[in-house]
Parts: sequence; structure tokens; C-alpha cells
Amino acid sequence: MHQGKVFNIQHYSIHDGPGIRTTVFLKGCPLNCHWCHNPESMDLKEQMIYRIQKCIGCGDCIVHCPEKALSMGDNGIIRNEELCTLCGRCGEVCPTNAMEKVGKTASVEEIMAEIEKDQVFFEESGGGVTFSGGEPLLQPDLLIPLLDACKNKGIHTALDTSGYARWETLQAAAEKTDLFLYDLKHMDQEAHEKYTGVPNTLILENLIKLSRMHQNIWIRVPVIPGINDGEENVHRMGEFVKSLGIKKLFLLPYHDIAAGKYALLGKPFLLKGVRPPAKEKMQELKELIVPYGIEVKIGG
Amino acid sequence: MSSVIRRGIGMNDRIAKLREQSVTTEPTLSIERAVLVTEAYKKYAGKVSVPVLRALTFQHLMENKTIVINDGELIVGERGPAPQSAPTFPELCCHSVEDFEIIDRREKIYFRVDEETKRIQKEVIIPYWQGKSMRDLLFNNMTEEWKECYEAGIFTEFMEQRAPGHTVGGDQYYKKGFLDFKKEIEEEIAALDFLNDPDAYDKQEELKAMAIACDAIITLGRRYRELALELAEKETDPVRKKELEQIGEVCGRVPAYAPRTFWEAIQMYWFVHLGVVTELNTWDSFCPGKLDQHLYPFYQKEVAAGTLDRDRAKELLECFWVKVNNQPAPPKVGITLKESGTYTDFCNINIGGIKPDGSDGVNEISYLLLEIIDEMRILQPSTNVQVSRKNPDRFLMKALKVIREGMGFPSVFNTDAVVEELLRQGKTLEDARTGGTSGCVEVGCFGKEAYILTGYFNLPKVLEITLHNGTDPRTGKKIGIETGDPLKFSSFDELMEAFKKQLHHFVEIKIRGNQVIEKLYAKYMPAPFMSVIIDDCIKKGKDYNNGGARYNTRYIQGVGIASITDSLSAIRYHVFDHKNLTMEKLLDTLAKNFEGEEKIRQMLLNKTPKYGNDDDYADSIMLQVFNAYHDEINGRKTVSGGKYIVEMLPTTCHVYFGSVMGASPDGRLAGMPLSEGISPVQGADRKGPTGVIKSAAKMDHLRTGGTLLNQKFTPQLLADEEGLTKVKDLIRTYFKLDGHHIQFNVVSADTLRDAQKNPDKYSSLIVRVAGYSDYFNNLDKALQDEIITRTEHKSF
Repeated sequence: MHQGKVFNIQHYSIHDGPGIRTTVFLKGCPLNCHWCHNPESMDLKEQMIYRIQKCIGCGDCIVHCPEKALSMGDNGIIRNEELCTLCGRCGEVCPTNAMEKVGKTASVEEIMAEIEKDQVFFEESGGGVTFSGGEPLLQPDLLIPLLDACKNKGIHTALDTSGYARWETLQAAAEKTDLFLYDLKHMDQEAHEKYTGVPNTLILENLIKLSRMHQNIWIRVPVIPGINDGEENVHRMGEFVKSLGIKKLFLLPYHDIAAGKYALLGKPFLLKGVRPPAKEKMQELKELIVPYGIEVKIGG
Repeated sequence: MSSVIRRGIGMNDRIAKLREQSVTTEPTLSIERAVLVTEAYKKYAGKVSVPVLRALTFQHLMENKTIVINDGELIVGERGPAPQSAPTFPELCCHSVEDFEIIDRREKIYFRVDEETKRIQKEVIIPYWQGKSMRDLLFNNMTEEWKECYEAGIFTEFMEQRAPGHTVGGDQYYKKGFLDFKKEIEEEIAALDFLNDPDAYDKQEELKAMAIACDAIITLGRRYRELALELAEKETDPVRKKELEQIGEVCGRVPAYAPRTFWEAIQMYWFVHLGVVTELNTWDSFCPGKLDQHLYPFYQKEVAAGTLDRDRAKELLECFWVKVNNQPAPPKVGITLKESGTYTDFCNINIGGIKPDGSDGVNEISYLLLEIIDEMRILQPSTNVQVSRKNPDRFLMKALKVIREGMGFPSVFNTDAVVEELLRQGKTLEDARTGGTSGCVEVGCFGKEAYILTGYFNLPKVLEITLHNGTDPRTGKKIGIETGDPLKFSSFDELMEAFKKQLHHFVEIKIRGNQVIEKLYAKYMPAPFMSVIIDDCIKKGKDYNNGGARYNTRYIQGVGIASITDSLSAIRYHVFDHKNLTMEKLLDTLAKNFEGEEKIRQMLLNKTPKYGNDDDYADSIMLQVFNAYHDEINGRKTVSGGKYIVEMLPTTCHVYFGSVMGASPDGRLAGMPLSEGISPVQGADRKGPTGVIKSAAKMDHLRTGGTLLNQKFTPQLLADEEGLTKVKDLIRTYFKLDGHHIQFNVVSADTLRDAQKNPDKYSSLIVRVAGYSDYFNNLDKALQDEIITRTEHKSF
């Protein structure tokens, strides 16, 4: 039985491809983008989060923890990470869901059952399923069987990827994927490495190869003020995308609503103070790319 | 947000002025009708048959009521003596002076009552009507057990202060004038067979009454003609003078003769409307039904002839809009106010849908009406779009563009399901296709059916009583039957069996009462005017309130399906399946209203499978409850040979029903509102709108007479064309799954919270309640809070 780690299945997802979609978020990502709006997706393994404002101090989690990893402190529950095995028992018993395990191991069958619930909406709207993350290509043993299962059921598939994966993996997925949502974050090697933790060489090479074998690719560019919204970078993106014969590009304005999630996970949020780009700025960027013969849309 | 509170735009000066007058005039109570009715009864009661008495009363009203033509208007006629002036109906409900004082003083849904009115009520109306109104008659005829259930909040009774109605006009009076109707009536009288037909006398009296009613409405038209010409004579502005002459001409034609022009057709409807709502205080006032289809032939003909253009048609329709808005629902008191706490009188115009031959019914007027809704931004009339698979997406998209403005107008119905529902109830295919929805969500064959809502039914309360072995824990009274000590139930099925027995007990009490009430109205309160315009009352020589219509249906509206589902799911999950809690502990905790037991409450709220998430654990329980309720009621015979059918809608009754209940196993605190319609419990749906739709569609809507599903979307979800398209697809999918109706509040909870704090800033904020829209400021706090806590679907 194929299985893997997912951290969310989002229904009525309307910004991840055509029609009404169900987005399956796979956990784990080789990149470490400063702006990531799903910080809970980064680690492949499960995580515990604790929302103190929901906690009523009942202490059930402490009683039920098999590892005795929890105790009550002045600021709510304290979790001893060395003792914690991430079994998730505390989340199961927590009556308010203040304690919650992010991510779980799920089988292809379980995930498909959840996806198929929405099939009637896919058919009416021309929608389907989008695999996102994290980086879905990080878990080919889960992703490929899921893509196969969707094909068997006639469900349209989209793959939202950073492109940072072994070519063989991407190639295998490409054969079963109807639409790629391929992220381009920065054309500059150094900047890319600085802000995402990895160089962009593999990503660009993969996109070149992919564009030769796949007709349906949408480029998605997260626009992060001060990081990748410079004119030069944007022009280079336009040129590159044009050279691949790709016709559709989305500019996704950065938003800071994920800041709270970083705090919950105890991760530093490196873009503190960066404001979402103004509408006018987004429009300017769009106008820089349109002349390359690319259809540009702002937002998902 | 600014779009939400924006006032009407785009209308011309005339309409802007009329609209302003309509929305700023304070509602008042008028004693005129009560005085005229009392005069007529004093003169005729006991001397003529009851139908003739009612007709002569109607005639007395039409001959003597104050008539008024407001400055600038083109469509004429008010229910009371002036805009926003509501008459009373002492023959139905004779208010005490104290009632009048409460009506005057209450904070919401008030009507100003002056001292003279109170004096007349005290000296003239009360002495004649006290103990004689239908309300008195009705309560005197109810059994003790019925009264106990009524007071406990098991069910409500629609006819306790308003008359049966819930009916919608067909196309008859666009093709015939009231002289034509009268001729038909006279032919029926002439054909009566006194030798062989034992009912000939009753028919004769009823038909005579109908003929008088025709004369009466013609009299009203004549009086308006005379008034218009009189005003024209005095008018110095040549433009207005011409208009008044035209009004005189229109009223010289209708209602005596069939309308020929677009203007005459609208005025004809309006006279009919005034006739119905003056004769009696019918529930849901009256409604033109498929207005676009009725008016289209007139529009087409006149546009081709060059005597009408789109702008003029729009202006006439907007004048009509103002007329409807000028008529608040007459003052309600007691439980009727609680179940329907609004000025809205539920004239719910159907737009789009299909034609009697089954083809696409959307026409130019359909689009025009959508434009008008957007321009007028006014409480009444209510509007809905009828969406068939045959209607173009363009039509639904245009409707969604109005919906996203946030007023909750129009609501959206599945015409194909409506037709199937009517067919299942035994209507012919053509009659089913001429049907639609009215009030909130109720199906009926327009112009041919009396489909009467008889009261709301509190499903969670029946569970509460089951969990107390027949006793109402609020009062300690034993109003149910003994269905077993819940502590001894060894399985969930045993609990369900007990619930079903209790349900059977209460449904029978309700229906026994209904049968008596139906008879009382047939005997004492015929409606000869309404009978003229509803097939086949003339042919049968029978009154609308006595089974005269071609089809006769009575509805009982189930409330709180999601609350009871989640409660049963909690019991099944935590008590029986997982044993997290004993029944004793649960009942003890509920009795304490969760005091000191927040942990248990949180567990019930957060760790229970809930309806609205496409989760079969909960949804299968919903189906069990729905099927039990349906099977208990569906197909039972009414007095006049019609059938009982279930509906699932609450108006504002979910707030009242919640107020008579203690804490419930779904984690709801004592006194808080129940779920509304078939929507999930507020906040319980956590998987987005597709989950809600899948859960709701598991109910077999085709076996109901209407269901109501509310959804709250943030404005961002419908901000662009793509967002709109996806909502359109969502609706189409729900309808493919036989969903009956869906409506949207496109407003954020933050806006509503701000509106609650700063009512003055939001005086024109209109929101969707349940089956109708209302000014947010008109809602009581509990209902405002309930709407705020509904799950808000956001963009992802």
C-alpha cells in the first residue's frame, strides 16, 4: 500500500488551476523560501502546534501523553521535544483542538476517497485535483500512484511544483499530469539561493526539459517586494518563459497572513515588516511581461 | 463594504423620490379597515350567508377605503390610506389596547399608533370583536394538549392571527378582466342543478359572493380613475397632468377589462394584489409569480409598435417596486411575531425558469428585473431566480453579479427540482411547469393551488423531550409520551426508536389541530375575491379556503435539522460508540447548561462528526431524522382532500425555537438559536461549501415542498469573473444533485460586527436572514448574532 505524508486537503480551492478543485498538500519541501505561506509544509515529518488562546487548561493532554512529554507551565502547555515522539495522542484528546498534530500518514486510498467526494464539482466546473505542498515531487511514492488513480477515475490533475526535483521524478509525474503550476522565484542564481536555500539551476533546467515534453504549463511567480520584483529580474523571467514557448504566467502578490503560523511552529519569520505589494505595482510588473507575448494574470 | 451600504443608484428622479419616500416613511397602524369591516359586519352579519357577508364586507372596503395617488407615481393604490400605513384585521385578530401600545413602543418592527386609533380600538373595535375573532375561535377550539405543545414551543400555528394564503397569481387576469370573471361566475350560477346537486345552495352563495367581489374590485378601479382625472383637472404642471390623465385611462380599463398595454398589465396585477391583501391578511401577502413571463408579451407587442421602450418599461416596474415596498406586513404579535419578525411580507417574484411548454423562460424582462433589483436596493419585493438546466449561464452570472452586492437578493432556485417536486405531489406536467416558489422557498402551482404553511415544527425539542422520557425539562410538564428511560437505552437505535414514537405523538397533535383550523376557515372566513382568480374555484363553486383550488396542499415546516443531527451524532459518537461519556453524565451536564463542564462542551463541539462536512457518520443521521419526519407527515389527508407535505425552512423561528430549549448535546448553550433551514449548525461546517452542498444534497429534496440552504461568502470569493464562475458551478452542481434552493450572504462577519456596534452607519445594510432579506438594523440581537456566527467561506 502506497502512503505518505500530507498536511491538508483543501476543498473548493479556486486559485490552483481551472474550475473547482481539491488541493492535496503533501508535506516536506527541499526549499526554504523566506515567504513560504505554508511553513507547516516544510518539514517532511509531523509537527505539533499549540494554540494557547484555544487552550482551556483542562490538562487532558498531559494525562494522556504516553511519553510524559507534556507539563503545565505559566504560559500553557510545555512540550519536551526530546521525549515527544509526535504520536499525536494529545491532539486526539484535546477538546478544543488547541493541541494539534500537523501532517499525517495517509494512504492513496484514503486520499482518493476524500478527492472523489468532490468529483461531481470537478465535472460541472472543469476542475480537478491539484497536488501541492511542500514539494509534492519529494514524495514520488505517494504522488505517482495518486496521479495514476486520478487518471483511472478521469479526474483532471494539476501539479504545483517548485521544480526542484530529480528530472526522472518530474518526468514520470509529467506523463500523468494534465497541468503544471510551475513556480519561478528568481532568475538570479545567488539571490535564489539566498532566499530559498537552493540554487535555481536544477529548477530552470527542469523547466526547459519539461517545456519540451508538456504542453500545459502555467508559470507562477510569487511577487516578494524587495526580493524579486526588480525590473531586471522580471524582464529576465519574461524572456526565459518566452523562449520556452510558455504562454501563461501568474503573478501572485505576497501576503503576510502566514506570519502567525511561523510563531506557532516556533520558526523565525524572516520577512517581518515586508508589506504586500500595491495593486499598482502588480499592474506595472504585469505590463513588463505582457510584451513578451505572455498572457499575465494577477493573483491565483 | 461601501458597496454593501450603497443606496440605490441609476434610477431616474421620479423613482429616486418615490423610493426615498418609501424607505424613510415610518410605519403606522391604520384603524380605517377595522372600522369599515366592523360597520359591514354590524349591517350584514346574520342576515346573509357567510361567503356573501365576506363579499359585502370586501365591497364596503373597496367603496369606502381612503384612496390616494402619491405625487409622481404611475402605478396607483395603497393597502392602507397612505404608504407604510398598515391596516388591521379584527376579524382575524382583535388586538387589545395593550397590544397596540406594545406595537407602538417596541424597538424593532414597530408601527406608530396614535391616540385616536387606540380610542377607536377600545370603543368600537374591541366591543364588537372581542371573543369573536378567528384567533379567539381557534384557541377556543384547540385541545389542552395542543395548547401545552404550542406554549412549549413544539410547533407554531400560522393561522392564529393571519389567514391562509401562500398562493401566487397565475396568468388569468392578464387575459381576462373582472367583467369576464363575473360573466363566468354568472354562467356557473345559471347552471346550478338544485334538483340533483345537494351542494347547489352552498355553491350559489359562494358564486354570488365571488360576483360581488368582482364588482367590488371594479369599483376600486373606477374610484382611482375618478381620482386621477380630478387631480389632472387641478394639476398645473402639463407633464404631470398628462400622466394623471393616463393613469385615469389605465384605471378606466383595468381591472374591469383585460389589460392591453404593459402599464395596464402592471396596474392590473397591483389591483389584484390590493384586493387579496385587503380582503384578508393572507400569509405571504400575494405575488405575481413569473412576472417576466407574464409581462413579456405586452412588452414585445409595445416595443414592436413603438409605444414603449426599455427605459419606460423599467420606470413602470420601478414604480411597482415602490408600491410593494410601501406595504409592510401588518403588525404581528406574540409567537407569530417571533416566528416571522420582519416587515417583509414575502411577495417573492420569480425570474427566469421555464415556460409551460418546458422551454427556456428567460427573456428581456428577466434581465431588466435583475437590473431593477440592483438599482432599487429595497426590502420589498423579495426576488428569486429560477434556474433550470435549460437556462443560459449568462442569466445565472448576471444574477450572481446582483447577489454579490450583498443584499441576499435574489435567492436561487432549482426549477427542474421544483417541477419534479410538484409532479411527485400529483400535479400535471403543464401545471407543474407553471409553478414556482413563493414566500421563502415553498413550491406551488401558480394560480391553481392553495398551498398553506401551517406552522413550524421544532425537531430538536422533540429530541429534548425524548431524552426526558416525555417531560419538557423547561417546565417540568409531561407533554410527551413515555418512550423509555434514556439511561437504560443500550443502543443508538433504541434512542432513535423512542424519538420516532415521540415525533409521531407530536405530529398527530399538530395535525389534529390543523384539521379543525382548516374547517374553521372554510366555515367562517371564506375569501371570495381570491377565489375568483385561483382555478378552479369558480368551476367548483367552492371557496379558496374550502378546497376550491385545483390543488390543495398543507405544509409543516421542520426546523433545526442540523441541530438535531449534530446532537444525535454526539450521542452516538461519545455515548454509544466511543463511550467518552455516559448518558447520565451527558444529561446532567445539559441540565447544568455545561456549567463547570466546558471541557465536555468543547469535546461535543470539536470532536464530533457534524452535518455539513460530507461525512456520512453525521449525514446518515440527518437522513434518518429527515425520513422519520417525512414519513410521519407526507401524504396525510387534509380536510379538503389535499395532502400534507414537509418543508425545511425557519424564517426567524430557529431563534424562537432555540429560546424554548435547554442546552443540547451538540454543544449549544441553553436558549441559543437552532440551525436554520437545512444549513449546518453555525460554525460546524469546516470543509468549505462543497462539503455543505454534498451533505445537504443527501436529503431527498424532491420529496419536500421546499428546503432552504444559506451560505455566507466573503466578498472576495465573488470579486472577479472567475470567482463568480466558480460560484455558478457550485450552484449548478448543487442543482444537479437535486438541491432545491441556495442563497448567499456576501458580506464579511467583520462588517456585520461593525454594523452591530454602529447601526447608524449601516442604516441601509440589507442581509439575508432565512428565505428573505431584511435590514440588519431591523433584526433583534439574537438573530444578528446568529447570522454573524454562520460559517464564513473564504477564498483559498
